[in-house]
Amino acid sequence: MPPAHLSPGNAKLNKPLTRPNTFRSGPDAAGKFGGFGGRYVAETLMPLILEVEQAYNAAKADPAFDAEWRRLLTHYVGRPSPLWYAERVTEHLRAEAAPGMGAKVYFKRDELNHTGAHKINAVLGQILLAKRMGKKRIIAETGAGQHGVATATACALFNLPCTVFMGATDVARQQPNVFRMKLLGAEVVAVESGAATLKDAMNEALRHWVANVEDTYYCIGTVAGPHPYPVMVRDFQSVIGSETRAQMMEAEGRLPDVLVAAIGGGSNAMGLFHPFLDDADVRMLGVEAGGHGVDTVTGHAASLTGGRPGVLHGNRTYLLQDEHGQILEGHSISAGLDYPGVGPEHAWLHELGRVEYVNATDDEALAAFQLCSRLEGIIPALEPAHALAHVIKVAPTLPESTLIVMNMCGRGDKDIFTVARLLGEEF
Amino acid sequence: MSATATETRPVVATGSRIAARFAALRAEGRGALIPFLEAYDPDRATSMEILRGMPGAGADLIEIGVPFTDPMADGPIIQLAGQRGLKAGATLGGTLEMVREFRAGDSETPVILMGYLNPILSYGAERFVADAASAGVDGLIVVDMPPEEAEVLAPHAAAAGLDIIRLVAPTTDAARLDVVLNASSGFVYYVAITGITGTRSADPAALEAAIPRIRAHTDLPICIGFGVRTPEQAGHAARVSDGAVVASALIETMSRTLDSEGRATPGTAQAMLDQVRALAAAVRAPR
Ligand SMILES: Cc1ncc(COP(=O)(O)O)c(C=O)c1O
Repeated sequence: MPPAHLSPGNAKLNKPLTRPNTFRSGPDAAGKFGGFGGRYVAETLMPLILEVEQAYNAAKADPAFDAEWRRLLTHYVGRPSPLWYAERVTEHLRAEAAPGMGAKVYFKRDELNHTGAHKINAVLGQILLAKRMGKKRIIAETGAGQHGVATATACALFNLPCTVFMGATDVARQQPNVFRMKLLGAEVVAVESGAATLKDAMNEALRHWVANVEDTYYCIGTVAGPHPYPVMVRDFQSVIGSETRAQMMEAEGRLPDVLVAAIGGGSNAMGLFHPFLDDADVRMLGVEAGGHGVDTVTGHAASLTGGRPGVLHGNRTYLLQDEHGQILEGHSISAGLDYPGVGPEHAWLHELGRVEYVNATDDEALAAFQLCSRLEGIIPALEPAHALAHVIKVAPTLPESTLIVMNMCGRGDKDIFTVARLLGEEF
Repeated sequence: MSATATETRPVVATGSRIAARFAALRAEGRGALIPFLEAYDPDRATSMEILRGMPGAGADLIEIGVPFTDPMADGPIIQLAGQRGLKAGATLGGTLEMVREFRAGDSETPVILMGYLNPILSYGAERFVADAASAGVDGLIVVDMPPEEAEVLAPHAAAAGLDIIRLVAPTTDAARLDVVLNASSGFVYYVAITGITGTRSADPAALEAAIPRIRAHTDLPICIGFGVRTPEQAGHAARVSDGAVVASALIETMSRTLDSEGRATPGTAQAMLDQVRALAAAVRAPR
């Protein structure tokens, strides 16, 4: 069957793909990136998201808001995160490459952030916004638990009650992060509906929000959801790319040639890519979770590679779905990539061809996880291990002079139990 | 629906069934009872039996839920109903087929489909509207399609005479109200609670204040749903507005008759229809 956006019945959504003068101007006033994004929510939620949008626009124009967020990034998160020349990985890949080949690999080290991932960048921005809006409590969804931990952390710091919705399946397989959230004072709600993973946690958070509109702010963990979340989370995460730009100019005197990032919902990738979108010579690769292989029906979480456009969680984007438009469960070794959708801006960049979307399987990520640990002394999260798995494939095919930046968006502490089990290791 | 849309419609005047029914009820001096069933819950045959039995049990209009994996506005009771429906093989096309079969025996009771946008987009919005109209559907509630995102469906629906029924919530402020009402036809669905389906009961006093506020902005009938559970509540809602929608309470009753595997038992359809009768009696009680 043809992709839904090409079927005649949905002509109104099939916006002509005109190449814009700039890739950095989106979204439009309706929250659309081309035909993607938007505000597909129940009327009960509409006033809330319009309120969030207004508040965010006002905050963005307020230098004091920006100054407070940056103060937190510097003194609480530990930004800027270093740009690290991964010399041993580079040498390792060159050893197998043809003479003169083997790109120079850098890691943008967001795994060194407080709480161990990039999630905290956007959480702090959103919690400051919630305070500005006079909200009294925070809710969040989480898959692997990284966004939940980041939100619980910020709520502890700002003395706000925090409730994190997490699929019951994920609660069982991410025990250390569940305990972290509890230590930080958050309430963790195990969501039993559906397949009890990230998508269901997001459904439940949205439902809870509708019932608690007056005092509650919903802190979304990625560049998905209804407008303005995709643009807001992207704006906050763009600190990653902005720093990378300056750091690469200092290290190499020029911009990088290739950027590589893992894609779950797509926030770490959007954060790295966005400041470079109008630099035509900078190639960008988004690495989706290939799971057991993208040719399996529900064995992967590669929405752009294996999905088609549809509407879920308030936005139109590429989704894993069956031929009747029912949403499929994604699979990935990484609970943070295990989401059947992807941020709408990625869907747009995919159709425009500005960013290339590839994938790495569970096994490739697992191999990269181990390689990075031994060669660089950095245990990566399983999410950026997918990005590294693609670097391992592509770097040897590029000249030595090529500069690659890979977003090391999280550390692997949360994953050691999963990996140990897969490697047959008993504790 | 505007008169012109009715006149230009070629075959059956589908959308007009809703207007005709509300006009008849107005003449009778009472509000409507709008019971809800989820398509294919717990299986196609049982839900068909429930659907066929509803007019006789006192349903004035019927709302059919189209199962979706991710029903964002629904509480646990309707979520489970949707899961049972999907397990029993529900699809959007299959739901239209149910309506077509129902129409073979009932050409007057308006049928409204309530569902989410993605299955419609997957079916193809234009094709869906054409098939729904020809199956005998009269109105659509597409939960996650606010007026701002309705361009994909609304013009086709208007052309086919299908009403787009919209939710107005307690959170809908004055500015938003006109945006929503201007994009509505058929009737207005007032969500009686801030929340999802089946979780709270509507507050009678709040309803008595809310309905006139909406009434001042529209000539469309207004019906109340999300939180109407008992015959008493249905009777009250139908008196202060033009109708009461009852969903979770009916599904809860029905689901109590299922066996441990979630399958229908001989009394399943009857249990739901008996409750429709009790609700209908309350709605028809003299004011
Ligand atoms: C370390 C890490 N990277 C990536 C992701 C995926 O999210 P995104 O694609 O929004 O960056 C997660 C989500 O939990 C994560 O924890």
